[in-house]
Amino acid sequence: MTNGTPPVEVTNLTMQYGSLVVMNDLTFAVKRGEVFVIMGGSGSGKSTLLKYLVGLRTAAAGAVRINGEDLTAADVETRRQSLRRIGVLYQGGALWSGLTLAENVALPLEELSDLDAAAIAEVVELKLALVGLRGYGGFYPSAISGGMRKRASLARAIALDPDVLFFDEPSSGLDPISASRLDDLIIALAESFGTTIVVVTHDLASIFRIADRALFLDISQRTMTALGPPAELRDNPPNDEVRRFLTRDSGSTV
Amino acid sequence: MDARTATGQKGQASADLRQHDGTLVAELAGTWQLEYATPRFEPLIEAALADGNLPHATNRTIGFDGTALGEWDSSLLIFLRQGQEYCESNGYTFDTAGLPGRITQLLSLANVVPERSVEAGAPEPSNVAQIGVVGIAAWDSVVSALTFLGEVAQGLVRLLTGKTRMQWRAFWVVVQSNSSGALPIVTLIAVLLGVIIAFLGVVVLQRFGAGSYVSYLVGYGMLREMGALMTGIIIAGRTGAGFAAELGSMKITEELDAYSTLGISPIDHLALPRLLGLFVMMPLLVVYADFIGILGGMFVAVSLLDLTATQFTTGLLSAVSLSDALLGVFKGMIFGVIIGLSGCFQGLRTGSDASAVGRSATAAVVLGITLIIVANAVVDWMAALWHV
Repeated sequence: MTNGTPPVEVTNLTMQYGSLVVMNDLTFAVKRGEVFVIMGGSGSGKSTLLKYLVGLRTAAAGAVRINGEDLTAADVETRRQSLRRIGVLYQGGALWSGLTLAENVALPLEELSDLDAAAIAEVVELKLALVGLRGYGGFYPSAISGGMRKRASLARAIALDPDVLFFDEPSSGLDPISASRLDDLIIALAESFGTTIVVVTHDLASIFRIADRALFLDISQRTMTALGPPAELRDNPPNDEVRRFLTRDSGSTV
Repeated sequence: MDARTATGQKGQASADLRQHDGTLVAELAGTWQLEYATPRFEPLIEAALADGNLPHATNRTIGFDGTALGEWDSSLLIFLRQGQEYCESNGYTFDTAGLPGRITQLLSLANVVPERSVEAGAPEPSNVAQIGVVGIAAWDSVVSALTFLGEVAQGLVRLLTGKTRMQWRAFWVVVQSNSSGALPIVTLIAVLLGVIIAFLGVVVLQRFGAGSYVSYLVGYGMLREMGALMTGIIIAGRTGAGFAAELGSMKITEELDAYSTLGISPIDHLALPRLLGLFVMMPLLVVYADFIGILGGMFVAVSLLDLTATQFTTGLLSAVSLSDALLGVFKGMIFGVIIGLSGCFQGLRTGSDASAVGRSATAAVVLGITLIIVANAVVDWMAALWHV
């Protein structure tokens, strides 16, 4: 129904911490069904940008629209409806520690859908199976490994079949095998469900593997300095920072 | 050749200055270790330049000769960086050609300019401006507290109209931790409080030969004031701080954000069950504390005065009325709400680092106890006005 509007649209966004401006003039739109990567060095404000995208922070200037809706300005009901259509995978998983994995996945369904308990149980079972956690429903988050926690959190994020999924540093804290399994999952989700995916990461392997397009935040310029397919950006870097980032060049002569 | 030795002994770190083709060359020798005395660059060169026997470096270059260098550690690097700084500020060229490759590599690492220069912090605001800063911060706190109260009220309405479901599990956890979990500490404090009030009564009232009236003091003291007040302070310390720490940790692990981005209100899910749990449990704890405190007072009265337990009880029952007990229970309800609100408020507004959780827990206790005492005074005043 909203195929005309971009799932994520950012216009002239300024990001601020108190009076400190972190990023200026961010303008981009994510296309429906693509895997869009936000990259940049540590401290460049990637995760902060994600917080603006999902409506956890209010823009100091400019606007963020998710499926055409400004989350921070919308009324409660519109906001609820818009939030139903996005899923967020936080850096540490952010599973609710007092609930089992199954209860974690079930909570959004209980709160935001009209499904009865039996239907919810079926969905929970399916989503946990999709992320490779069949049979783990009764476990508490503290009892499983970091990689499993991230996947369980992904199961929760896709509980309501969102059409936009946000990932905050999905590979952080994971060994290369777990990280690439998670990448596989991201690609599979994007392809099979047609989900639009926005990933914040600085993991180069991951960027080249999954990204259709990537956005580069340059902290020294305090704005975005590149936008395009990562391989293209590597081969024809628009500026030296982007080239150094994508080729792991520290710039040191030592 | 004229040489100047900084540290004379053999084997020890030394840097001898000599002149070679118009260049001052420091001949590094010996073992350079932080544990032992090593030369400092500036006094060495100043002394050399002041000494007329050593001609000045005509091409204004300072170089090094590391061929006689023994083992070395960071002390040598510190010396060389002193040299580098000296050269920069005095217009000399710092020539590292004579140094071993490993040392020049370390020196250049230390000289790499940070990719982001350290931001010059905003200048300290003046004293007048600071008053404004404090005022704005205080106003922000008031606004966020009022917003929180409004959200809780909205949540309560949603709960009562069935638009959101009660989180019974969290509710029962609060009930459990504030019943069986809190009894030992409440018992201990309440008994001692009863004992203290009775001692006070015995000491003061016996002077007027009114020792038998100690039961009045214990009864009124526990039922109207001390039972509720002390229980409130205990629960603010253990449960209020617990709420703040628990919700604060959830903030740090992004569990609160996970609620928000799902469109689920953390107030409904986390704050309301905790508030209601305390609202139910505090009055019950107050009744228990009153009872235990009176027992403690009776024990002192009976053992120190010529009173029997029956006389004490009869005296107490003739003095106090149900309204005295109900006043205490009513205070308990108010205190429960205050403790729950302070704990949840501070927990939900926690910052994003680990020390912020500690600050929130502390703030919750301070706010809780302050408000309890203020509320106690207000309720007492009202009670006096309406002759309760």
